[in-house]
Amino acid sequence: MATEENKNFAAGTGAKAAPHQAAYEGFVYLPLILGWLVPGAGHFLLGKWVRGSLLAASVLGMFVTGILMQGKLYSSAHDILEILGMAGDLGNGLLFFVSRLAGWGADQVLVTTADWGSRFIVVAGLLNVIAAVDAHNLRTGRKS
Amino acid sequence: MSHFAAVLLFALFASTVFGITQRETPRRMVRYGLYCFALFVGSAIVLSWLMRLIAR
Repeated sequence: MATEENKNFAAGTGAKAAPHQAAYEGFVYLPLILGWLVPGAGHFLLGKWVRGSLLAASVLGMFVTGILMQGKLYSSAHDILEILGMAGDLGNGLLFFVSRLAGWGADQVLVTTADWGSRFIVVAGLLNVIAAVDAHNLRTGRKS
Repeated sequence: MSHFAAVLLFALFASTVFGITQRETPRRMVRYGLYCFALFVGSAIVLSWLMRLIAR
């Protein structure tokens, strides 16, 4: 038999979500989309300033470190590894597009640190996706 | 940048995100973040020694 709390959880409207929903009513996927486009923005939207700042610093730090290490920004889809790399890079949201437009990052991996840098950029994108999903979970009340 | 410095930076950033996103209370976030950081760095050191022994 489902309790009232379980019903609320399944519907994404648990009691824990009430304070957030009272503070922010709007499009339910906005924190997810905003969090993907700008690291930490999803949490900022929900008033989670400390968490958002730490997430933004981590994702930005990893991305910038990767760029400074002359990491490669994947931009083509020649083979499966390139496609996977690009999928990871796209997780950085606007950071990826701005970097492409500005011409940051290397086109080819020429030194050992550039290989590490490429991994840093890909992982920064994956971490940003995790952070954006966390913001979505906060918005729906799955997490407090 | 040395390989170990890169490992430390990687572990720091990844552990921060894991801690915040995978736990609910601030205390548990910090503990889980430290746990992940220790696992990242510890496993890198252990694997490095293993590779050194294999290479000999």
